[in-house]
Amino acid sequence: MIGTQLIDDYARRISDEKQASVLDGASAGTEKRYQVLHRDYGDPDALRRLAGAIKDHTLQHLGDYLVQAEKALLARGVKVHFAATGDEAKETILGILRGHGVTRLTKSKSMAAEEIHLNPYLMENGIECLESDLGEFIIQLDNDVPSHIVKPIIHKNRREIAKTFRREGVADDYNDDPGTITRRARVFLRKKYMEAQACITGANFVCADSGRMLLVTNEGNSRFGMAPAPVHVALVGIEKLVPRERDLAVFLNLLGRSATAQQLTVYTEFINGPRAPGQPDGPEHMHVVFMDNGRTDVLASNCREILRCIRCGACQNVCPIYRQASGHAYRTTYGGPIGAVLSPLLFGDRFPELADLPKASTLCGACNEVCPVNIPIPDLLLRLRDKAKREGIHSPAAIPMSPFATLATSPSLWRTAMTMSNAMNHLPVEVAPVKPLQDWLGQRTLPPFRGGQFRKWFKNRDRS
Amino acid sequence: MSARDSILARIRTVTAAIPAKVPLPDYDPAITHCLPRLEGDDLTAVFARNLGNVNGRAMRSAAEVARFLSDGGYRHGYCDPALHAVIGPDLAAAGLTVETTYDRGRYDDYQFGITRASGAIAESGTIILDDNQTSSRLAALSPWVHVAVLDAATIHRTIADALAALGDSPNVIWATGPSKTADVEGILIEGVHGPGEQIALIL
Repeated sequence: MIGTQLIDDYARRISDEKQASVLDGASAGTEKRYQVLHRDYGDPDALRRLAGAIKDHTLQHLGDYLVQAEKALLARGVKVHFAATGDEAKETILGILRGHGVTRLTKSKSMAAEEIHLNPYLMENGIECLESDLGEFIIQLDNDVPSHIVKPIIHKNRREIAKTFRREGVADDYNDDPGTITRRARVFLRKKYMEAQACITGANFVCADSGRMLLVTNEGNSRFGMAPAPVHVALVGIEKLVPRERDLAVFLNLLGRSATAQQLTVYTEFINGPRAPGQPDGPEHMHVVFMDNGRTDVLASNCREILRCIRCGACQNVCPIYRQASGHAYRTTYGGPIGAVLSPLLFGDRFPELADLPKASTLCGACNEVCPVNIPIPDLLLRLRDKAKREGIHSPAAIPMSPFATLATSPSLWRTAMTMSNAMNHLPVEVAPVKPLQDWLGQRTLPPFRGGQFRKWFKNRDRS
Repeated sequence: MSARDSILARIRTVTAAIPAKVPLPDYDPAITHCLPRLEGDDLTAVFARNLGNVNGRAMRSAAEVARFLSDGGYRHGYCDPALHAVIGPDLAAAGLTVETTYDRGRYDDYQFGITRASGAIAESGTIILDDNQTSSRLAALSPWVHVAVLDAATIHRTIADALAALGDSPNVIWATGPSKTADVEGILIEGVHGPGEQIALIL
């Protein structure tokens, strides 16, 4: 079957409005992020390589570090849970919440929770679960899914948001001023924080040596959500560990700059157990759920470097495919270059369906250049293309290479083809001899063919 | 087998098969220092400059804070009881009223919150709030203006230094400027869930 890849179809159907939002949002600040890193550090690549090495080491010794972190957390009075799958994680979290009699909670942004669709599950089970990050809050109101790791509503413009706020009763009237939109969410959400019986978060890092967990936000939503709530549940992918607290100096400096061109994200919260006795604010109960959900499969693969990812979104911002196609075109929680590698592996049972994602790249290498943990994304994309080929998964967009192989291995056929190809310059695309070639040419403009001259030159070279 | 044991067993099997393992890198924390931001000998001045870079404000006297609050129309707020003796007179002189207990039921009544910072980071203009030394997390979060009262002697030079001094508090937060978002069309808006004004009163 010859056709286009799913991601191409999606990119073609995307509205002009949405495409403009994504392109502008992803391009904006790219130059600034680059400059900040290079202004602040003489050799930022040394820092990126160091971060990559620390993460690689951690992943290669993950069992030891996970046990060490668990021990430290338990010693601080934290309840530690493990979940092999997304379903197990959801059931575990529901069990925790029911155990504490929780019926309404707020949740700060967590890609792990997005990955397992935690929100709808909790809602179905009678627990009101409100997203508190501004972007995620808007996503939830629209019953949409995020399309960028750091900027979840990169695909929306202010007019759509203003309409949503009026429709959902967050505001009485239409106002699309970004300041007003933010203020309205502020007023709406703080009431919810105060009423919530629990707060669900993800985690940016967990230090194996101390069990200290880090959460970074710019808005202060997770801080606010946790201050009045008696119960805190953190859903943590097992790859989030770092060996030592001191390593955070490397990661925090890279994360803020790579994500948003900030030296540090505004709120960097270090959580080391339930609140201290006598403290008025903060959860009395703290649970950590370590989730595998395919991560050990990724660890077992030849693309395990992708688990270094600290979710900064830098690769999405610079990717020419992401900018055109949007994060939704990747059809999983993770879009862009990170998603093109991570999704087909993490959701391994969907590999054939997602095998087009590693092909959705020009291999330009921009993603690797900006990656704070130096993930060789283009190499990993090639390894996944190879995996698809080995597993016999054919891309509908692939041009069959066997005719070329025949041509290239027969000198006489090749000579004829070269001569004839010059004639092709004068013919319209529609008369291309092969249907797939026609399709392929339909989407591309090629320079005029100028082949076939080499043999002639070679033969006559001594005479001139 | 429990989920814990099966996950750990799988990890051990998988990692045992990884051929060349990377040793845990040892490095000089200086590699993480942002030298352009650290220029200057006076830590307080470096901190104040970098706080300004992230749209926070450094002030040197209670009277200056009182004037800022009064000029901005922030008339009523919270003040940590331990700080009230030091700052209270200047606030009162400016006609400002404070409570020394934060009442969650009236979170919107506080236009400013004055709480104690346990330290700061000069390199990044960061204010450190430690649960062991704060009277209220919410008072630093819900009012539009947060004033963190800081002892100049507790300013760390670098992020790496501050990490080494985290201690054993169950909760520490670093606040680097006012709460912000750029979720709507990438436009920077300050004061999302937390304060729109972040002030450090350095004593």
